Amino acid sequence: MDTFQETVFKLKKYWADRGCIIQEPYDTEVGAGTMAPETFLRVLGGKPYKVAYVQPSRRPADGRYGDNPNRLYKHMQLQVILKPTPADVIDQYLGSLEAIGIDLSKHDLKLEEDNWESPTLGAWGIGWQVMLDGMEITQFTYFQQVGGLDLEHVPAEITYGLERIVSFLQGKESVYDIEWAPGFTYRDVRYFDELQQSVYNFEMADVPRLWRLLDEYEAEAQRLVDGYRLAETDKRRFPLLSAYDNVLKCSNLFNLLDARGAISVTERVGVIARVRKLAVGVAQAFLDQEQYREVA
Amino acid sequence: MLPFLLEIGTEEIPDSMIPAALEFLRSKFPGENVRVDATARRLVVRADVAARSADREEVVTGPPAAVTGKALDGFCAKQGVSAAELSVVETAKGKYWSFTRKIAGRDAAETLREELPGLILSIPWPKTMYWPSLGGPKFIRPIRWIVALLGTDVVPFDCAGVTSSNVTYGHRRLGSRGPLPVTVSSYEDVLAENFVIVSAAKRRSKIETEVAAVAAAAGLQAKPDAKLLEVLTYITEYPTAIMGTFDASFLTLPSEVLVTVMRHHQKYFSVEDAEGVLAPHFIAIMNIPADPEGHVVNGNERVLRARFNDARFFYDVDQKKPLAERVEDLSHVTFQAKVGNYLEKTARVAALAGELGGENAAAAGLLCKADLTTEMVKEFTDLQGIVGGLYARAQGHPRPVAQAIYEHYKPLSMEDTIPSTHAGQALSVADKVDTLRTCFAVGMIPTGSKDPFALRRAAQGVVKILAEGNLDVSTELLCDGNAQLKDFLRERVQFYFREVCGFKYDEVAAVLAAGWTDLRDVKSRLEAVQQVRVSPNFEPVAAAVKRIKNILTQAGQIPKGDVDPELFTEPERLLWHHGMTVHDTGPYAPRLQEIADLRPNVDKFFDQVLVNDPDPKIRENRLRLLQSLNAKFSSIADFSEIVTN
Repeated sequence: MDTFQETVFKLKKYWADRGCIIQEPYDTEVGAGTMAPETFLRVLGGKPYKVAYVQPSRRPADGRYGDNPNRLYKHMQLQVILKPTPADVIDQYLGSLEAIGIDLSKHDLKLEEDNWESPTLGAWGIGWQVMLDGMEITQFTYFQQVGGLDLEHVPAEITYGLERIVSFLQGKESVYDIEWAPGFTYRDVRYFDELQQSVYNFEMADVPRLWRLLDEYEAEAQRLVDGYRLAETDKRRFPLLSAYDNVLKCSNLFNLLDARGAISVTERVGVIARVRKLAVGVAQAFLDQEQYREVA
Repeated sequence: MLPFLLEIGTEEIPDSMIPAALEFLRSKFPGENVRVDATARRLVVRADVAARSADREEVVTGPPAAVTGKALDGFCAKQGVSAAELSVVETAKGKYWSFTRKIAGRDAAETLREELPGLILSIPWPKTMYWPSLGGPKFIRPIRWIVALLGTDVVPFDCAGVTSSNVTYGHRRLGSRGPLPVTVSSYEDVLAENFVIVSAAKRRSKIETEVAAVAAAAGLQAKPDAKLLEVLTYITEYPTAIMGTFDASFLTLPSEVLVTVMRHHQKYFSVEDAEGVLAPHFIAIMNIPADPEGHVVNGNERVLRARFNDARFFYDVDQKKPLAERVEDLSHVTFQAKVGNYLEKTARVAALAGELGGENAAAAGLLCKADLTTEMVKEFTDLQGIVGGLYARAQGHPRPVAQAIYEHYKPLSMEDTIPSTHAGQALSVADKVDTLRTCFAVGMIPTGSKDPFALRRAAQGVVKILAEGNLDVSTELLCDGNAQLKDFLRERVQFYFREVCGFKYDEVAAVLAAGWTDLRDVKSRLEAVQQVRVSPNFEPVAAAVKRIKNILTQAGQIPKGDVDPELFTEPERLLWHHGMTVHDTGPYAPRLQEIADLRPNVDKFFDQVLVNDPDPKIRENRLRLLQSLNAKFSSIADFSEIVTN
């Protein structure tokens, strides 16, 4: 039986063997692997790109103080982007399941319609949730739009829910019982992260301060987006990647405020629109910048 | 005739979209004995096609025979014929130049090669994607292969980046992984050997048979579920039923919750004992032929256990705060941004429900939306109302109150039943009418196909309850003086009686024209009209009433006064005498029959009496006679709306 980390190694190796760059997780809080620049920005424009990385993804509202065996504040996604999509993409994906020890002739695998949409990112795609013996283990999406822009190449995004898959492989009822490394469980590695972040997210996060921070990060992102548009020279070195970091901060603050119950349904629509405006602004600028970005 | 086979090989198509796509292919495909089929990964058309269409001739008519010279040369040049080939034909309009063009038949292979790519890409889908890049083809999911065979030959074409061939693919992970060459006659067998049952009918009956057998083996029966059966038929290629078990301790949770988890979230059939009591088992349909090592059963049981544990957690957490204490929290739940929150709606609904249905309805109204704040409804939104009803019962509210809450979203469709109790009907109507009134008041009125708040469904539900339930409520009261709402509701009333009950268009128009405040009464009048309409005198009398109405309309204002029998001639006296014997009260059908039976007197009147008599006194008297008859006849239905020959 493979440990959590062993399964991750195998998946990374599998995709590396198929031409993917193996990236490391992005170092700013994100709600999903899609939001990391390796997906959100790389899928724009005409350059082919293949990448895979584990992305710890924070969903403050899903935290359960480490008490619920299946719900987590932070879970690990293995994110694969294939741009453009190879014609045998689903076969490649099924091969990855076999590579981690799932004999698909003995298991029930179905691709059930599940289209993906992110209003905050101005993004949507068409795809499936992959069901293995009745459990959703992967989200598979053909991106169509990101940052409000039609994509030149349609990339496939394959997002593995690592805790789900490994608890399936190890036959564990609780993610906390997963063996992460020999002699260490998921609980040993992550329990206090879940407990303390849940306490902060639900009980202690300072709502007025979070609103102020949201305003600040928003202003900084907007200043940079506007700055790029007005810049007449040196567009190549203009820090759109920094602008995008500020957008990610906004998105995480929105999630924190939401978990705190600080955003009413009516306000919600407004805040989502604020973040989307920034995401769309960065995406458009980033696409424009492609013409200057040829690595010297 | 040649046998033809088309298989569009795709990635998994959403099951709900497959039947419409097949219907399109069936209707558009140029051939005979067209048969369509599909699995999740392929759309299949089989048909008989004439190898070659017949030669035919077409007569082309040119300019009038008088035209000669350059004008005629122009015609010849355009048509590619010489003047010598023209002859003059005689037509109804005169003489014209003409010639006969021979059109050679075409090989079906050629026609299909040209038409199939367009046909495939014109299948309508609710939502499409483009691939592999911008400007690429649009389809529901990428097309990965196409089989196109006419007789023994491939019909060669390119479509969506794929070249047609005689090669298909089997089950994703069973049988041969490689490409499988097929012929029209071997196609179905080759796929069956490779774990694909092409025929949806065969898959459907395999599922049905196995579900029944698996349940019977455990001494139980599966809950019939036609919708789920259809879903499972189209998300599989080789369906097989297996039974799993869950811990009987979960049966303390409401069965509605357990069934929803199994059905909607896991696509399982639930299982009952002979008394209809939910058993701690489920039946899953897998897309492989067997589960000898029990992997699939174990996996599904594990997932279901986690889901049921969640549901138990939600149930326990929800009980810590009773519904009554949750009502205030509804001020944080938006009903609709322009209209306000659910606390405000609750107050209005409770008041109206009380007005329509009394104390229990009012009490249920106060609590009916409180379940929107529960964890259970946040997780299983389909269970709104039902969860409220279950919690109300568990929390000691009177049974009629709990039952009214439980059923207050009913009817969900025209096939669904209405709430079973008086209080439930009152609450359901109050909730829906409140939604209609508040949305109409701020101009949120459905137009065309746009109806984001499902107001049509709400209004249709109100109509169904008023017509089939036992509430004493007028539509007038419900519309609250809003003319647009009244028109909107009237359309739904028409729809209900025409499309749901099957009454004729003109009967509905006639009955509604005589009033529609009480829909149960509308229904009785419609039944009476339908019953009496077959009597031979009915339509002639209806035609006569139309004539009476026209005469009265043309006459305009008639001076007030009573009918004076002294002025009558014999036919008038007879019509008056018999007309006044028609009953004003009592069951509708006999009264309509009495009206129909007036036919001989009506006919005699119109044969022998001239209404527009030169003597104004006699004319007015005759008009008054017609006026009183018309009033008497119009209380059940407006006969002038009846279509007569």
